Amino acid sequence: MTQVTIIDTGIANTASVSAAFERLGCDVALSHDPGLIDDAPLVVLPGVGNFGAGMRAIRSCKLDGVIIDRVENNRPLMGICLGLQLLCDASDESPGIEGLGIINAMVTRFSDDIRTPQHGWNRVGDGYAYYSNTYRIETFPEGWDGETSTHGAPFVAYLQRGTTLACQFHPELSGAWGANLMREWIENAKEVVSC
Amino acid sequence: MLTSRIIPCLDIDNGRVVKGVKFANLRDAGDPVEQATRYEQDGADELVMLDVSATTSGRETALETVRAVRSALSIPLSVGGGVRSVEHALALLRAGADKVGVNSAAVENPSLLRELADKVGAQCVVLSIDAATRVEGNGWEVVTRAGTHRTGIDAIEWSASASSMGAGEILLTSFDQDGTRSGYDTDLLRAVRSLTTLPIIASGGADNSTHMLDALIAGADAVLAASIFHDNDTTPNAIKLELRASGIEVRT
Repeated sequence: MTQVTIIDTGIANTASVSAAFERLGCDVALSHDPGLIDDAPLVVLPGVGNFGAGMRAIRSCKLDGVIIDRVENNRPLMGICLGLQLLCDASDESPGIEGLGIINAMVTRFSDDIRTPQHGWNRVGDGYAYYSNTYRIETFPEGWDGETSTHGAPFVAYLQRGTTLACQFHPELSGAWGANLMREWIENAKEVVSC
Repeated sequence: MLTSRIIPCLDIDNGRVVKGVKFANLRDAGDPVEQATRYEQDGADELVMLDVSATTSGRETALETVRAVRSALSIPLSVGGGVRSVEHALALLRAGADKVGVNSAAVENPSLLRELADKVGAQCVVLSIDAATRVEGNGWEVVTRAGTHRTGIDAIEWSASASSMGAGEILLTSFDQDGTRSGYDTDLLRAVRSLTTLPIIASGGADNSTHMLDALIAGADAVLAASIFHDNDTTPNAIKLELRASGIEVRT
């Protein structure tokens, strides 16, 4: 059975993410232990809420080095929503707080003249994904591929490099389309780790 | 572009789906997991579950129901009904709700929304507003405790303060229209829309896609309905085809 470890620092609602991986037949564990997360074959960094609170939680659990190391060595990691943003350099939401610096981009707020938070389904490539966000990144840093969505203006829907997948939307809440994206990430990850 | 959402609502009492008119005369309408699964297959964009249980044991059962529905459902789940404390809201989120709606308790203790938003983020916090036409006929006032208590609070001003209070979404129910199947209160929607950029879910009065089209044009981002889906009069997918033909962007 495929083992998936969800980073649980208390800042995310992990129930939906757990349920989605369980529906895909995975064996799901929650952890904030750096050793376990370092050893785990597949790791998910979920997150809702505030950027600064998210970074504090990661640092206080001493997970920053482990997460950076995983991505640098192409060991499978999926970031979801705030989980994507925490991988970036910094966010307008929490000025002065450094992110993990894995994705070299600045997280910015949607402009004031459109609906925020962006709550709902928006087109991504050939499907629709469910979003719940007020902040986003606008362009792809060098070395990352992915797709965009449009809310007022185009923004990054997800980015991918090797076995790292970072989604601004919630694949776990994006119906069959989201489940398929998660399945593809697992299949892709299985080429570099045994799980 | 963000699509307009079609949201079936399940009223839950002691682990069973029920349906009433004007928050009363509840009748049994089935198993929550079965209904939720069917709605997802039929194209629902999200599900709202309202716990209408009046007892402590009923509320415990509601947590079990949220867990069971969450485990089956791969679309967002918003849960409300009788949420009175941050602890209660957190318990619902831990059980698998993606958003929690606060109604009467927000009126009695407005700082509740901010406390909750500081812990989980505003995007998980829904301000549920039941608005009724004032007895003297001018504007709307907030009603609470399943419509039994008229607060005198102006529903439009209350909606306008939702964002600063910590909410990330407004579930706006017309108490006058609820259960009547004669259309949403579009005047109410327009009045609220003019004062907030938060997403608004319109609720109360839906019978068909024309009513939903009217609500979306009046400024709703999502339309909620219960009876028409419970009674198999239509499905979210059927509604979406009709809305799309009218130029509304929907997920299909």
